[in-house]
Amino acid sequence: MKILVIVPAYNEAENIQNVIMDLRDNFPLGDIVIINDGSHDGTSHVARSLGVRVIDLPHNLGIGGAVQTGIKYGYIHNYDIAVQFDGDGQHIANEIEKILEQIHQGADMSIGSRFLNATAYAMPFTRKIGSSVFSGVISLICRQKFTDTTSGFRAYGKKAMELFNDYYPEDYPEVEALIVAYKSKLKIKEVPVCMRQREKGESSITALGSVYYMIKVLLAIFVGTLKRRFIIT
Amino acid sequence: MEVVQILSITVSLFIMVTVIELIRRGAFKERYALLWLFSSLVLLIFSIWRNLLDYMARLFGFFYPPSFLFLLGFGFLMLITLHFSMVISNLSEKNKKMAQELGLMKDELEQLKKDKNT
Repeated sequence: MKILVIVPAYNEAENIQNVIMDLRDNFPLGDIVIINDGSHDGTSHVARSLGVRVIDLPHNLGIGGAVQTGIKYGYIHNYDIAVQFDGDGQHIANEIEKILEQIHQGADMSIGSRFLNATAYAMPFTRKIGSSVFSGVISLICRQKFTDTTSGFRAYGKKAMELFNDYYPEDYPEVEALIVAYKSKLKIKEVPVCMRQREKGESSITALGSVYYMIKVLLAIFVGTLKRRFIIT
Repeated sequence: MEVVQILSITVSLFIMVTVIELIRRGAFKERYALLWLFSSLVLLIFSIWRNLLDYMARLFGFFYPPSFLFLLGFGFLMLITLHFSMVISNLSEKNKKMAQELGLMKDELEQLKKDKNT
């Protein structure tokens, strides 16, 4: 069984080494591919010097475009499972087995949730509200309970890779991808995982900013539900 | 001839001449100019042919016929901007695909070079 770990990275020169070390030490059975999303801080150089495969995008596509590049890579090279793992050090390689477990048991896509088992994940109040609003809306649309729709810690089986190889949303990809997956009748599972708190720098989003962000994402969700079905055979 | 008619004829003529001149210079592709050409032509016709404007305006219940011209102009602008949104979305999708393909192909090339050297 071939497993690919997709690490989207944009200006993560400081963190990428730790991420790669963590993956090598604690998840050695996955092949790592770094998707360097047009960084201008030597992210690619650091990763290459560690001997990791790096795909350099010519300019910044955003997280959606970067993740999709990784999925395309996995699809071309015939991987059975692709794991999405952030390049900023937020995710923990030891937790990958937990999301993989669901794929082994037949899910097409599995998501690591910070909130499923009231794990102590401190978050600014406004973001917590936003996060639970998204979860509520998405749960309603997909008729399945989701607790952490913005989590970028995910695993994709063959069917999900085939779907997202064709179409992967761009603006708020984590949330929107759930709707795309639901519309395509993929089997989605959430599992509780631990994540690291962001170490450097507080989130710069202000209260007003997060309200604006929330409205934008909600709009994107509703537009997403309007789109035609994505059918894969 | 009323002042408002002279003004609207001047404006629609100006738009038309500008569009034609821009096409002549190759500043934009003909297919993007079609809507512009068509819009300015319709506006020009309505500006010159006062009776037609009066008739259409009455038909739609406008008290002041030239305001029908404004509605037409507004409608065309909406169409044109809508068209632009579509074109831009299409271009950015193509641009994304191209960037992804380029990244994947560079990787493939690197691997091929490596394999050749070993």
